[in-house]
Amino acid sequence: MAERSTVTAPERTTPVGRRRSASAREMLRAHPTLGPLVVLVVSVVVFGLINTRFFSPANLSIMLQEVAVIGLLALGQTIIILTAGIDLSVGAAMILAQMVMAGTEVNSGVPAGLALIIGMLVALLTGLANGFLVTRLHVPPFIATLGTLGVFTAAGLKYANGQTVNPPQSSVLLWSGKLLGTGTFRITTGVLTMLAFYLVFAYVLGRTAWGRHVYAVGDDIEAARLSGIHSARVLLSVYVIAGLIYGVAGWVQIGRVSSASTNISPTLNLDSITAVVIGGVSLFGGRGAVLGTLLGALIVQVFQNGLALAGVQELYQQLAEGLLVIAAVSVDRWIRRETRQ
Amino acid sequence: MTQTATRTPILAATGLVKTFGHVEALRGADFELFPGEVLAVIGDNGAGKSTLIQCLSGAIAPDEGHIFFDGVEVRFKDPLQARHAGIETLYQSLAVSPALDIASNIYLGRELRRRDVVGRVFRMLDIRTMRRLAEQYVRNLGIETLQDITQRVEVLSGGQRQAVAIARAAAFGSKVIILDEPTAALGVREASHVEDLIRTLRDRGLAVVLISHNMPSVFRLADRIHIQRLGRRIAVVTPQSHSMSEVVAIMTGAAAA
Amino acid sequence: MPRVCVWTCGIVNGEVRHAAIRSAICNDFNTIPCHSAVDLLEFGHIHNKTHTGGVMKGKPRLVAAAAIAAAASLVVSACSSSKSSSPTSGSSANASASSGTNAGGNAGGKIQAALILKEFTNPYWISMENAAKAEAAKLGVDLHVSAGKADDDATSQIQQIDAAISAGYKGIIIAINSDAVNTALQRAKAAGLLVVVVDTPPIPASIADVTYATDNLQAGLFIGKWMAQKLNGADADIAMLDDLANQVITVDVDRDHGFLQGMGIPVGNPNMNGQEPKSGHYTGGKGGNYKIACQLPTNGSATGGLSAMETCLSKDPNINVVYTINEPAAKGAAQALKNAGKTATIVTIDGSCNYLSLLASGQIGADSEQFPGKMAQLGVDAIAQFAKTGTKPTMPAGKDFINTGVQLITAQPQPGVDSVTPDQAKSTCWG
Repeated sequence: MAERSTVTAPERTTPVGRRRSASAREMLRAHPTLGPLVVLVVSVVVFGLINTRFFSPANLSIMLQEVAVIGLLALGQTIIILTAGIDLSVGAAMILAQMVMAGTEVNSGVPAGLALIIGMLVALLTGLANGFLVTRLHVPPFIATLGTLGVFTAAGLKYANGQTVNPPQSSVLLWSGKLLGTGTFRITTGVLTMLAFYLVFAYVLGRTAWGRHVYAVGDDIEAARLSGIHSARVLLSVYVIAGLIYGVAGWVQIGRVSSASTNISPTLNLDSITAVVIGGVSLFGGRGAVLGTLLGALIVQVFQNGLALAGVQELYQQLAEGLLVIAAVSVDRWIRRETRQ
Repeated sequence: MTQTATRTPILAATGLVKTFGHVEALRGADFELFPGEVLAVIGDNGAGKSTLIQCLSGAIAPDEGHIFFDGVEVRFKDPLQARHAGIETLYQSLAVSPALDIASNIYLGRELRRRDVVGRVFRMLDIRTMRRLAEQYVRNLGIETLQDITQRVEVLSGGQRQAVAIARAAAFGSKVIILDEPTAALGVREASHVEDLIRTLRDRGLAVVLISHNMPSVFRLADRIHIQRLGRRIAVVTPQSHSMSEVVAIMTGAAAA
Repeated sequence: MPRVCVWTCGIVNGEVRHAAIRSAICNDFNTIPCHSAVDLLEFGHIHNKTHTGGVMKGKPRLVAAAAIAAAASLVVSACSSSKSSSPTSGSSANASASSGTNAGGNAGGKIQAALILKEFTNPYWISMENAAKAEAAKLGVDLHVSAGKADDDATSQIQQIDAAISAGYKGIIIAINSDAVNTALQRAKAAGLLVVVVDTPPIPASIADVTYATDNLQAGLFIGKWMAQKLNGADADIAMLDDLANQVITVDVDRDHGFLQGMGIPVGNPNMNGQEPKSGHYTGGKGGNYKIACQLPTNGSATGGLSAMETCLSKDPNINVVYTINEPAAKGAAQALKNAGKTATIVTIDGSCNYLSLLASGQIGADSEQFPGKMAQLGVDAIAQFAKTGTKPTMPAGKDFINTGVQLITAQPQPGVDSVTPDQAKSTCWG
């Protein structure tokens, strides 16, 4: 017994010279959202100094409105990336879902509420398809969703047939575009929906067993399995839930533009991954938080908006976004490197 | 031996046969494990040790033979079934999630929910209780290296991770713990600490199966030594009845059992 | 090395029009002098031989000879079902001679042609597709429609051009996404396909056999002049909502510069957007001061237009003039103005039926109407004509394209600018 107590004491000493960087790493590792939070605060301050309009209530509310759709897509993407997966079909799934929502209402005469449900079901099916490929056929997520990207895109185009669908003003499909607020600070119900989803998923991932299992599966799927977690079931549920979130994103998108069209940015999938990565969520799975993704989406938006207000050309906005991604992933690698020792 | 023969083994097997293609990994292997003992399983490479252990832990199904758990014949379909019955296997890879903290790892896969409405409706985890109980398990096993139950496993040393895995195995009413080379990757000090932990498990009445190549460690820990050779159990000895070199001779076929 | 040449016989509306070779396959295998083989054929003298097949292997000269025989037999076997057993040899020979190489997959006896659009998400292209399909059905043309993934995706278009060559189509109608497709179109021409460019003229114009385009510069000029008149001497605080970030795509530049010129603002670099002086004096209408408040890409979508306009309003809340690349972008801009509780005059280019209501209500001030259906229709006509007679449409001297016209739609006509009302446009709009 005397032996044992001597064993315990000196185990966690760190060489003095390395302590500082080790503790910075330790800090970032324990709080993966710290980095993006600092970047967001600093960039907001800098852009605010460059152009005072940046802080105008109108501009702040517009940035939030801009972030609603991509924020939701990035939320779904986050859950998938937490399991060490990736989803390239996000944008296509969303476009398909929103076309079905608006199309069934306007062209097929289905009541708006039911059209919304049908659209959500389609979104759920897209997630189910991805989940099935990943868990049952063991197709790597990158390939599975690359394939479904093509399938969903084609399905969306086929269904839309080049039409822009305009739901009537009273339609529940336009609910998410409703403006709330006072004076020049006005946000949409879509923004609130997005924020509500982030709150719900911050809770679900941090405070429920399912959330723990999502992290565990992404961290080390074999360890999770041996710990008694039904990894395949967790993965399938992740893809299905992500699909549903894309459906909500589609709804918010309809409200935002007050019409549904397939003519939406073709790089939604990459944009969502950008937000996730900048938000400090590890592409290798098991690490990060949805709050980080929200910050990541906001950072991208702040950069786009701030640079535009500063009169910087669009191509430099893309440059800035690219550099942010590289920086974020480098930091992630740096954080994880010590783990391997 | 007469003394043990009157007790019921907690885990036993008779006549296990398992072939992989043309390779006969097990050719009628027997096995007996009693509560409150450390049974070392040793054998040369290819003797069928790991196949035997995999049969017992439900990872593979034997072609022939019977397995009894607490006197009842069982047939595990997968490791989870064995686990639910009370057979916990610690693989060398340890099955811990590095990014989760110690308490979360101990409760991984069997999390506790809050008992109030929040827990029932919103499925909120009872993190405080899990931490408190996890801390208790750890302390009860006399593990002192794990100071902070909220530390993430990735910052722990190999020995500390082993301790987490053992604490988890011991925490949930397991009756049998199978340890696969628990000290192979550890330094001397850490290894001795894990050995202490194994003794503690035994003292608490658990049955421990120890697969190890480390003869000194086996002789320090084991109550009995199951020697596996050419797919069969060829001898069961004790550290008292045989010397280390005699055991090695039996194991390699240089001496008869 | 295998040498393959496939010969087929074309029947159009039950009549034999010409013999053809799938020359692309020959070209791919880099072998047979198919052209000379065709020239040797005298279709009128071939009678009542039996069909033997169409794939040859062997030495070039032997293959050529065998190919002739095979082609002859194919011609005959195919012709035997037609009304006239002695086809119009004149026009057939003419076809092979004038096209130089021949070409024209005639599976099922129909003329095969490709329609390659910029992309499939904008209703403008769908409208073009529908008009082309209708015309194709009327003329017995088998039309294969494809498009890029986005309106700057040249890679997909190049693949689609090559596929059309390989499949031995008679011609290609294409709305090019960028000059990057030029080489592929030259390959198509060399392989004997008729290359019809629609919507946006290629640079150089000689890349196309014929171009049916809308004059995007003219379309821009109309809305620019209209805007200058409407301002009536007031200061202009302008948002320029272009298509793409790279600012060099022809249609993007032409429309943008047309608008600026119509307003009487110098464009700076004629090949690139965003090079105009950021403030100064516009000379259109009564003239006045102007300021370019912002210039942002919209990707020609409502979402893009909305985002861009929102950013512009953050930058400068006093914007009163909004130029947009197309109607979806205009709709997005209108939505942004509405959300912000602002008003500004939006001008755009397209002329689809969907947006006439926005024009009538004044949410969009003026819209230069183009005729995508007409362009597509003319394109299909040209290929059908080429397949039947071998003649190509001639380009007007000194012009880079055949203009399919532009007209201005507005509910608020301005002096000195010809326009029609949204009501009148109902009969001409597309989609």
